[in-house]
Amino acid sequence: MTANITELIQNFVQENKGKIADSIRANFRTYTMIIALVLIWILFGILTDGVFFTPRNLSNLVRQMILIAILAIGMVPVIVTGNIDLSVGSVVGFISVIVAYCQFFIFPDILAGAFPAWQAQTTFMGVETSMNGVLSTFLSIIVALIVGLVVGLWQGSLIAYLRIPAFIVTLGGYLGFKGGILLVSGGRTIGPVENTLKSLGQGYVPKTLGLILAILVVACIFAITLYSRKQKFKYGFEKYPLSKDIFKAGVISSVVLFYVLYVANGYEGIQIPVLLMVIILLIFHYITNNTKFGRYIYALGGNQEATRLSGINTQKVVFKVFVLMGILCALCGVVLTGYVGMGTTTGGAYYELFTIAACVIGGTSLMGGEGAVAGAVVGALVIGSLNNGMDILGWTTSKQWVVQGLVLILAVFVDVQSKRKGKS
Amino acid sequence: MTDDNILEIRNVTKKFPGVTALSNISFNVKRGEIHGLCGENGAGKSTLMKILSGVHPSDSYEGEVIFDNEQLNFQSTAIKEAIERGIAIVYQELVLVPEMTVGENIFLGREPINSKGAINWHKLYSETDKILKRYNLKIPFAAKISSLGVGKQQLVVIAKALSENAKILILDEPTSALTESEVDVLMEILERLRNEGMTCIYITHKLDEFFRITDTMTIMRDGTLVDTVRTKDLNHEKIIAMMVGREMTERYPAREATPGDVVLEARGITVPDPVLPHKNCVDNVSFSVRRGEILGVAGLMGAGRTELVTTLFGEYGKNFEGTISIDGETVGIHSASSAMNAGISLVPEDRKLHGLVLMQSILKNISLPNMNKFAERFSINQNKEFYECNETAKKLSVKCHSIHVPVNTLSGGNQQKVVIAKCIMTAPKVLILDEPTRGIDVGAKYEIYKLMNTLTAQGVAIIMVSSELPEVLGMSDRILVMHEGKCTGIIPNDENATQERIMTLATGVEVLHS
Repeated sequence: MTANITELIQNFVQENKGKIADSIRANFRTYTMIIALVLIWILFGILTDGVFFTPRNLSNLVRQMILIAILAIGMVPVIVTGNIDLSVGSVVGFISVIVAYCQFFIFPDILAGAFPAWQAQTTFMGVETSMNGVLSTFLSIIVALIVGLVVGLWQGSLIAYLRIPAFIVTLGGYLGFKGGILLVSGGRTIGPVENTLKSLGQGYVPKTLGLILAILVVACIFAITLYSRKQKFKYGFEKYPLSKDIFKAGVISSVVLFYVLYVANGYEGIQIPVLLMVIILLIFHYITNNTKFGRYIYALGGNQEATRLSGINTQKVVFKVFVLMGILCALCGVVLTGYVGMGTTTGGAYYELFTIAACVIGGTSLMGGEGAVAGAVVGALVIGSLNNGMDILGWTTSKQWVVQGLVLILAVFVDVQSKRKGKS
Repeated sequence: MTDDNILEIRNVTKKFPGVTALSNISFNVKRGEIHGLCGENGAGKSTLMKILSGVHPSDSYEGEVIFDNEQLNFQSTAIKEAIERGIAIVYQELVLVPEMTVGENIFLGREPINSKGAINWHKLYSETDKILKRYNLKIPFAAKISSLGVGKQQLVVIAKALSENAKILILDEPTSALTESEVDVLMEILERLRNEGMTCIYITHKLDEFFRITDTMTIMRDGTLVDTVRTKDLNHEKIIAMMVGREMTERYPAREATPGDVVLEARGITVPDPVLPHKNCVDNVSFSVRRGEILGVAGLMGAGRTELVTTLFGEYGKNFEGTISIDGETVGIHSASSAMNAGISLVPEDRKLHGLVLMQSILKNISLPNMNKFAERFSINQNKEFYECNETAKKLSVKCHSIHVPVNTLSGGNQQKVVIAKCIMTAPKVLILDEPTRGIDVGAKYEIYKLMNTLTAQGVAIIMVSSELPEVLGMSDRILVMHEGKCTGIIPNDENATQERIMTLATGVEVLHS
């Protein structure tokens, strides 16, 4: 019996030897990134005597990188199509001060005049506010989304239809919206904003709800895995061993459970922005992998002419990519205002650089055609971990910037090397 | 070593991981001869040339190469050293900087400098002029490369090689992008060089050129040497038999044409030249194609053939005149997608630039124009996509171990099959093939010809643009000949259709009025 099993295992290993090596080679980029992240964590864990690994610190780490992660998710399609967006930081800051301005100067008076009865203090989903406060936040989000959409339409049409290089259009946007921040704010800090808006940036999901969510997500992961296997068998091909699929689902599930049970519920609960980021990640992962639009993004990044000659409206694809980027900037603007509690003139500064760095560290090629949104989130985690670890060690910002710059170059160096080896 | 031989290759074996690219190759090249090197793609010609040009260092292969009485001993990749030794290679791909002038390109990397260390432009251009005059090349020395036609660019590359004091000139498919008259110029130059004592190794897929220019031929197959023979002892059939190892009774599969109704009708197609304001690159061309028919489009380079077919596909001049109708109904074609909706599909001339997303898999390339087949409301049915693309790839016998491999790992012939696969999956009524067999080996060519016959048997109308007259004559039912944008005749492919007759139409000596 045991002899049979050892024989079976040996056969399995023999048969799959080449395949395993192939799959490691094919996913080299993904693995090196994750290994690098783990090494950084272990390094900081040792250097900080374990302070790094406390749930409180990991929660802070995640909070610090969350806006960069959301922007990086939108930036991946931009870079994959062979473009770039240098304006995201300024746009986020611009939308942030607009949201604060609306909340502080415009909506309170209008709403108080329109619905005096709704001024009374109540609690809304555990937050101290008034009905007009909730309404004000809701309206602010709508305003933010409209501004983000208009920015996306503006930059997208200039780039896609008037064929002005994205570098120039968004460099113009970088300067222009920086000016916009000062115009709207008059150089002042505007706030405080409504509590409901603050909770979007600072709030937590109650722990029990978080637990239920985690269980649901894990159940979904396994259900989807089994469903897609069934679909594959319907067509009678690609008979992956079940163990491989289960292993993959298991790894993702344990990451989810580690975050929810240890990091989030070990501190105050799942942060609302994290929930938002995960939802955006899932949507964009799905769009880039499972839709026509996603396929066209990668195809045109690889060879725009061939894609156009395949009957695809490439201008429309590029246009849509920038519109999506604008909408994500709007969401980030809202979260940023909520997180800071007010609109500041420096909000969003340098975000474009960290966002592009996160994409590149996460395996997106600036030549276009290659990149994954999930990778960009890992890239943002790498940057966030470096920031956070060096903060704990008490390193100055100047040192941190030097280290981050070197890490960015190192990441691309490793990528270039691995590709060169793959070729020869 | 006798002094007669400038190059002796002795028992050279070159192995790559998993493949033996060359096994025990030995042959000699005599001083002052033009030596043809012939073989299918993958026969090992390129590897051999890479050994000569110093891309593969001497310790990476077994055997020895003796050049000009001295053994080649390149320690590492030594392209510059090879050039200094006098080995010059003119590659298949043009290797010029388009934004620089002829002179700058010829002296790139070895610009003459004056005492202050600045470039001596005067000397550079006067030297360039001398070189160009010496070989009677009518090319202005200060012209930008991008302003020259492909043929002239090729001549610049050769001039560059000659200016580097080459002792042996290796030409790797120099004529694949040239027109007949440009080929004539090239042949003249080669003959003059031979008279001056220059040695050439000439690689091409066009067998006629071997007979025209070479003295000796070496035929390779699958990394082995078949034979080195005097060219005059050979003929087409013998060469092909040696290349593929089998007698080919015919180079084109037999086809039984039973054309049906007219499917595409073009009337008065006129396309203004995008650069020259008062010129039309396609001038009042009218023709029709029937179901199950192959219409060959012949003409010299620059005759407007590609412009004509890309206009039919909606991707050349957007403001062309004339009407295009499919099945008797006029269709408005102004983009690739509208052409595809009308049932027209195009296999473009340059597959790497216009046909394929090279970094992506076979699967993704085939499905790209066919996404609507697999896209459901919010997603792609990836299982169906894999299944159907795999079936199509198999039907076209694309050689690969999985359709998930990127197309840049495939050979030219297989890449071309992928382009054809993505086009025929759109189920076109009219399939346009622009130079479908350029730069691919004989075996793959034959498979593509057979595929064309299968498609016409299914009722697809094919328009085939080709620069190779034997191919046009071997495959077409009717032949449309163009000369300087005009259609000079549409002739049935019967016993009267000969290469000479097509050439008289293509050169505008004779014009038929229909």
